[in-house]
Amino acid sequence: MKAGGALLEAEGLVRRYAMRRGILGRAVEVRAVDGVSLKLERGRTLGLVGESGCGKSTTGRLVLGMEAPDAGRVSFDGAAMPQPGSIAWRASRARMQMVFQDPLGALDRRLPIATQVGEPLEIHGVGARSERAARVEALLRAVGLRPDQGTRYPHELSGGQRQRAVLARALATDPALLVCDEPISALDVSIQAQVMNLLLDLQDQYGTSMLFVSHDLRAVRQVSHRVAVMYLGRIVEEGEPDGVLHEPAHPYSRALVSAIPHPGRAGQRIVLQGDPPNPADRPSGCAFHPRCPVATQVCARETPVLKARPDGRLVACHVAHGEITAGQGHAQKEAA
Amino acid sequence: MALVSLTGLSVAFDGALALRGIDLSIAKGEAVGLVGESGCGKSVTWLAALGLLPPKAQITGSVMLDGEELIGASAPALERVRGGRIAMIFQDPTSSLNPVHRIGKQIVEALELHRGMTGSNARTEAKRLLDLVGIPDAARRLDAYPHELSGGQNQRVMIAIALAGQPELLVADEPTTALDVTIQAQILELLQSIRRQMGMALVLISHDLGVIAEACERVAVMYAGRIVEEAPVARLFQSAAHPYTQGLIGALPPMDGPRQRLAAIPGGVPEPWAMPPGCGFAPRCQFRSAPCDAGMPGLVGVSGQHRAACIRLAPAAMPVERMPA
Amino acid sequence: MLHFVATRLARAALTIAMVVTFAFIVLRLSGDPAQIIMGADAPPEAVDAFRVAWGLDEPIWVQYFSYFWAILQGDLGRSMRDGRDAIVLVTERIPATLALTLPALAIKICLGIPAGIYAALHRNSLADRMVMIIAVAGFTVPSFVLGLLLVLVFAVQLGWLPSGGQESWRHGILPVITLGLGGAAVLARFTRSAMLEVLGQPYIRTASAKGVPWRAVVTGHALPNAAIPTVTIIGFMVGTLIAGAVVVESVFSWPGVGRLLVVAVANRDLAVVQCILLLVAITMVCANLIVDLLYGLLDPRLRAAPRKAA
Repeated sequence: MKAGGALLEAEGLVRRYAMRRGILGRAVEVRAVDGVSLKLERGRTLGLVGESGCGKSTTGRLVLGMEAPDAGRVSFDGAAMPQPGSIAWRASRARMQMVFQDPLGALDRRLPIATQVGEPLEIHGVGARSERAARVEALLRAVGLRPDQGTRYPHELSGGQRQRAVLARALATDPALLVCDEPISALDVSIQAQVMNLLLDLQDQYGTSMLFVSHDLRAVRQVSHRVAVMYLGRIVEEGEPDGVLHEPAHPYSRALVSAIPHPGRAGQRIVLQGDPPNPADRPSGCAFHPRCPVATQVCARETPVLKARPDGRLVACHVAHGEITAGQGHAQKEAA
Repeated sequence: MALVSLTGLSVAFDGALALRGIDLSIAKGEAVGLVGESGCGKSVTWLAALGLLPPKAQITGSVMLDGEELIGASAPALERVRGGRIAMIFQDPTSSLNPVHRIGKQIVEALELHRGMTGSNARTEAKRLLDLVGIPDAARRLDAYPHELSGGQNQRVMIAIALAGQPELLVADEPTTALDVTIQAQILELLQSIRRQMGMALVLISHDLGVIAEACERVAVMYAGRIVEEAPVARLFQSAAHPYTQGLIGALPPMDGPRQRLAAIPGGVPEPWAMPPGCGFAPRCQFRSAPCDAGMPGLVGVSGQHRAACIRLAPAAMPVERMPA
Repeated sequence: MLHFVATRLARAALTIAMVVTFAFIVLRLSGDPAQIIMGADAPPEAVDAFRVAWGLDEPIWVQYFSYFWAILQGDLGRSMRDGRDAIVLVTERIPATLALTLPALAIKICLGIPAGIYAALHRNSLADRMVMIIAVAGFTVPSFVLGLLLVLVFAVQLGWLPSGGQESWRHGILPVITLGLGGAAVLARFTRSAMLEVLGQPYIRTASAKGVPWRAVVTGHALPNAAIPTVTIIGFMVGTLIAGAVVVESVFSWPGVGRLLVVAVANRDLAVVQCILLLVAITMVCANLIVDLLYGLLDPRLRAAPRKAA
């Protein structure tokens, strides 16, 4: 695996939306992403984990420049990200691609697979017409499809095959960065394993950097070199996958890890109370404090910053940094 | 004595077999998991048992509930069973609730049908049920509409509706798949505590072996319309006998240890109209041999409660079934 | 709620203003009313005198603003033909039109909705296919063809009913049927597809799984949801009560608003045409307003603000 040097750096990304509550409501500002900084090294994978509404997908779109951040900046390969929609941006898009959750929605139903895989080559003017056919065939093989399956239409393929086709299309321009937004959640378990293996093989072969956005910590561990846990638009913990999974430092990461269904784990799990809060109604201080089992009054007042612990793990938690002692929190274990 | 027993349950849609002979029994108060990938028939099994499939589905076989045959039963008889003795909840809680009715009304409807409760009695009971499933501020929530609640809360409401008829069996069809991980943990805990309180049997249908491992005592693995393996949960994880089960377990990324390639099962699930002649898993199986295509292997005992349908287990004594026509 | 009604009313006023403006421009640009009303042979002096009398000699924008100003004061102008108030001319025709369109609306609703529900509940049955064939026919056959066909059969061939005029209630039967059948077909199609969509929803399965008898599932769970799209179409039909019978009134020589419109357009009788268009716009806008309010009643999701987290 080639590695070394940052391919992608994002600093202080903020993305706000105006959300109107109904016809009568005032517009409320929602911070989908609220100051996210991340660094992705060449040939490496960064996993971005969190629950729905935590801003992980928006972060993925921001680093690709598919949306412009309201604050913060993204630099790709040492240069600032061009203005979204500009010619320079479009050219840069050949070097970064996105893979979505729903492969059927990402493919055009009316075109055969091979045509769609070859499309980026045409758009970005890669190779001569005759070379393109050979390249499409090589791409299909690389993702484990037979070249004859290129003549099929999306609905004639299975879910796993479709996701392979989407990957082939994303890889057509030999991108340096692949942003995968929940690429396996719509697939069956045995197919998920196939696609995870494929992602690792492709990274080995092409040295592609990946941002792997997922709610599935197990999958993230499987494919990532680093993992960042997001809660309500912010990264609350970042570190090596094994470290975060085995010794989560942030109480939210701890709850996430303990929520992973696992034979024999029943009975010793931290069950968070309540639903993830509405981003439009962000709690004061640490956004997690209303659900946190160890929160104190300080947590409700002061927003913790994401900073390194002595062992290098990045955590945003007063308690984890030993600044205060653990409190009783608001959540108790559900009475059995 | 089994509460529910399915025998040779088969379902065909337009001539294509979606379910090819299911034998399964659920004892009173037992928690059984049904695991498998999309299209394996795990949901169809229970929709068929309760007569909830569209009329074009051709159902054969038998579903006995306490000595009462449900397949071919009259509409009023089935209506008494549904929600009254066997309740069912589904994957997407928000779209499973009627958007134009208040949740209180949707709970009361089940109370009227199965317990003859009306008026303020029913409302009081509905509030108690919402309290029971852990909805905060239950009295006010009775007048809420489903779109005003979160997905996790709506699944709690679905569970409250299911409990309204005091069923002996709750069939939960992927109850946490559409929910976030931390909410999934809440719902699984709730299902377990309710089962303990009410002594109710539970059938948990899921694609996630981990979910089933936590909530169930026994698990049946389904593939291509058949049960291919059945065992107590711990036993299944220790020594799965069927290559498909082994594959499913191997496909789960490990939580610790060195990271290596996953043991992915090659290929995909066969379509109901293009079923292999013999064992449905044979085309994806690394141990495939000629006899695998001769006929569908039946379930044979591996040990105790552990049964699996693979020709390698007992090649000589293997009961081989012909495909039903 | 107040805010909601206020925005809707403002939007409605804007729509009406646009209709008025559009009608003014089109009618002024499509020929000189003075020339047409006075006839091609009229002496130029007479035509000029007519122009001055009706203010047609003023610049077009002056005409437009004085016209608009008059409307704001409730003055819809007078007919250039006989000098009577346009509003009087139009309103005295309304009862005749309503005598056709109201019974027709009843036919549309009483026939179309049950047929659509029945077809949806018995999908792919013989009855469903029959309903759909009739519905597609009713949808595609223009009303003048259907009207003439009915005249041919029931008036000319069988001699059971009169072919035109307004002498007795029997004269109304054929036009009412002509209007009603087409609308019933449209409504049947919409109701059927709305029902099918709703019957496929997970909450219908939930209701069945609760043990609700099928009949109660249909009436208690499916119909209230299917009503939401169906109301849109009925609202549209209510909106066409005044002017939806132009063709049928012409075919059956029924002296309603539609006939008046045809004659007034042919004569470039500006005030009358504009008065009718204004009336149509107002009924349309009112019908839409009612539909919007009904939505809120039928669908709680549209009533209040979404409270769910993003």
